[in-house]
Amino acid sequence: MRKVAVIGAGMTLFRRRLMETPKELCFEASRMALDSAGVEMKDVDAVISGSAPDAFDGVHMKGEYYSDGCGAYRKPYMRVYVGGGTGVFSAIAGWYHIASGLADIALVVNEEKMSSCMPHPQSVFAYIWDPILDRPLKPNLVWIFAMEMNRYMTIHNIKKEDIARVAVKNKRNAVGHPCAQLADPNITVDDVLNSEVMAWPVQRLDISPPSDGAAAVVMASEDAVKKLKVETPVWMKGVGWCIDSTMWTDRDLYFPEYVASAAKMAYKMAKIDNPRKQIDFAEPYDPFDYKELHHMEGLLLCKKGEAPILTREGVTQRDGDLPTCPSGGLLGVGNPIAATMGQKIGELYWQLSGQAGKRQIPHEIKTGVANAWGDLMQYGSVVVMGV
Amino acid sequence: MGDTKQWPGIELSSEDLIGKKVTQTRYHPKAQYSWAAGEAISRFLNELKEGKLIGRECKHCKKILFPPRMFCEQCFKPTSNWVYLKDTGTIQTYSISYLDKDARRITDPIFVGVVSIDGATEKMGIMHYFGEVTKDTIRIGMKVKARWKPAIERTGSVLDIEYFRPLKEGEQ
Amino acid sequence: MKVGIIGIGIAGFRTSTPEYSWKELTYEAASRAYHDAGVDPRKDVKAFVTCAEDYWEGFGIFDEFTPDQVGGALRPVCTVCGDGMHGLATAFMQIKTGLVDVVAVEAHSKISDLLTYEGVVQHALDPIWNKPLRGHPFYVAGMEMNAFLRASGNNEKQCAAVVEKNRNNALKNGIAAYGSPLDLNDVLTSEKMFDPLKKLEISGLADGAVVIVLASDTAARKLKRKPIWVKGVGWANDSPSLETREWTQAKYAELAAKMAYKLANIRNPRSAIDFAEVDDRFAYKELQHLESLGLAKKGEAGKMTARGDTQIDGKFPVNASGGSLGCGDVVEASGLHRVAEVALQLRGDAGKRQLDGVKTGLAQCWRGIPSTSGAVAILGVGP
Repeated sequence: MRKVAVIGAGMTLFRRRLMETPKELCFEASRMALDSAGVEMKDVDAVISGSAPDAFDGVHMKGEYYSDGCGAYRKPYMRVYVGGGTGVFSAIAGWYHIASGLADIALVVNEEKMSSCMPHPQSVFAYIWDPILDRPLKPNLVWIFAMEMNRYMTIHNIKKEDIARVAVKNKRNAVGHPCAQLADPNITVDDVLNSEVMAWPVQRLDISPPSDGAAAVVMASEDAVKKLKVETPVWMKGVGWCIDSTMWTDRDLYFPEYVASAAKMAYKMAKIDNPRKQIDFAEPYDPFDYKELHHMEGLLLCKKGEAPILTREGVTQRDGDLPTCPSGGLLGVGNPIAATMGQKIGELYWQLSGQAGKRQIPHEIKTGVANAWGDLMQYGSVVVMGV
Repeated sequence: MGDTKQWPGIELSSEDLIGKKVTQTRYHPKAQYSWAAGEAISRFLNELKEGKLIGRECKHCKKILFPPRMFCEQCFKPTSNWVYLKDTGTIQTYSISYLDKDARRITDPIFVGVVSIDGATEKMGIMHYFGEVTKDTIRIGMKVKARWKPAIERTGSVLDIEYFRPLKEGEQ
Repeated sequence: MKVGIIGIGIAGFRTSTPEYSWKELTYEAASRAYHDAGVDPRKDVKAFVTCAEDYWEGFGIFDEFTPDQVGGALRPVCTVCGDGMHGLATAFMQIKTGLVDVVAVEAHSKISDLLTYEGVVQHALDPIWNKPLRGHPFYVAGMEMNAFLRASGNNEKQCAAVVEKNRNNALKNGIAAYGSPLDLNDVLTSEKMFDPLKKLEISGLADGAVVIVLASDTAARKLKRKPIWVKGVGWANDSPSLETREWTQAKYAELAAKMAYKLANIRNPRSAIDFAEVDDRFAYKELQHLESLGLAKKGEAGKMTARGDTQIDGKFPVNASGGSLGCGDVVEASGLHRVAEVALQLRGDAGKRQLDGVKTGLAQCWRGIPSTSGAVAILGVGP
């Protein structure tokens, strides 16, 4: 199988509202990624973009609309969109563009501009539900997370404190991230437990906010890496993706089967049979604090119900045995859906190439795993990267 | 990344947008839809109007699927026949919401969750409201029964059921 | 490693399908494709690619509603925001990596569920520069037709000839929604909607679904299937902005074709390719695409059409299926339908529309107003 590496990355600040238009956000992230990789647009064979609901930016077929911001002018261009799974899936798309032999260098740009949606981007989430079965009940997006969180907590008898620890860890980790929207060096478990109840058991500080932002990575084939004399390529060792049935009310939400399925696919390609030992650090998707735990188990990094224990014991701290979300994750840096590629793929790249600055994991790391997640508790995209 | 001093992005405040301090353009898209419910869901809705819940049997998987569908997504074969279900079930999970659909705060919380329906295969359910419960009485595993709207008020919608409420002693 | 098509399934195009939900319509096309390919999607298909846009469907995240009806529940599925042909290119790449060997591609139109088609197309326009101008967005097609005809020397009568050909061809196609024995005069005297674009030069909308199964040569052999090979594939974008795009040529088609020809080792497209299925959503587009694809010299596409060269019994048949004008505009399923038609022709399965002795065909698509995005696929028979 043709080897593919990430050779550069870039991202914009993540904020609740940014002035830049979708095209400008794409440009800023792309420009940064190209500069960091030492290549120009003329060297890029294909452009891939990932972005979630068109309704946020307020343009139908928005992938076409902002394509010039991604440098896709007169180039092969493809937009992928798998809900919240896009943050990692677009890098998988970049991978197969190159691993297939159709491209040597690819630019992957993920963008989200949630602030354009008025009165609040939340309103878009009313339309992700089935129009006949669910929408008449006037659901709020937080409900489905609350239902999943409740099921997970009840089946494993997990205390809210252990879940809150994730929010505290990630928001504190984010202090080292230059783009972070919600870094907080002083946040405590009590702060989370005392925050306003939105939809029990979900409280305000359990959730990551809407954000504007963009992230980009440059990927290259082994040949291109040699030609460009890249010093610190970080290789795509394994990829996997999986979607579960639309009928989410027929599924037991306590375990993300689809994340496990995607992880198995990625681990098989990466020749990993003991993830807990062979994976050095992880960037699971953390739009809510309990999701990090849910996904750690889905990524087979620990047994079902064990993730809260690992968190309580400090194993997932940056200096722990399995640093998890050293970037600060979505909880700390922000959640512009697809652009979270910056904290997942971007972070894997920056950590493994020694460029993570204040967030650098203080011990040797060789292999990392990241996942993104989305749709109606349905989508898992997993990537294993290593040096 | 270590070298970069200036990260791109100019932050705006809510006031900048709402108070029109930044140049902006506003647009309301015309996007209206009327979805054909299809064979399975049309029958499901018509039965709701009659005060009944209906599922579809997949003979191949030996499962009774609910909500009903014309094909089984597990074995990919067409489902075989209609099966009437009971209007009782079990709470699989729930939430107590202090937010309405537009994220506005409400003081009277909404109890909502997934209820698996008796007569269908285990864990086949729908999302619906729960009523006549409090945050102290509601629990996963509780047995519940549908409270239907009176026949003249039913329109062929999931809202023909007002909510699911705790099953009383001796009830079926 | 070669990649080929081993299964084709089409749920016939109709102006509305009120008895089906989009899931049920797609399930029909998928069942047909899997039966044709001799595969159990739950075991033999290793990945699925679906092609959709939220606003065509009326959903905040349409990807959620894609897997069950193609057999993708708890399987690797991805959604591409593109035409079905972008999905085909995706499946092609996924197989070429060696990670998966059988991939299904799905695209559908349930456009009858959308009550405000014009509103949604307008929603695709640039919010700052174009939306404020209001108006039905097909003015973009009218402008392009005007620019194209002036620059190329093709004329309105030749555009009308495309409509006559395609709508008559569609009478031979069981899945077509708009087969009609209309003639040149009918078209030329039809109402000017976006002058010079006339009413009968605009494809009518239709519902429908297409599913195609692709496999590596090894997998095809194991399944005892004789594939139609995907010899080349290409896709490209021009500038999305109305103000800076190329108006006289379909640059996206030229670049996509260049990429596909390179992969297929084609130096002289006109001699290497026997027939083509190109986008004709607006009649002039067929002429513009033929020239941009290098299948007709500049200014020659109209003459070719007037001479009858592009008829089913002509020197270079174009849109024997009836195209979008004859079958219906099935939105993002259009390109996949063209691929299906080319494959059916190469198999000898095109019924009354069958072209004689064809060995290599080209399928091309365009994503419609206001995009400058399209793809090309070259299919061929062979060992």
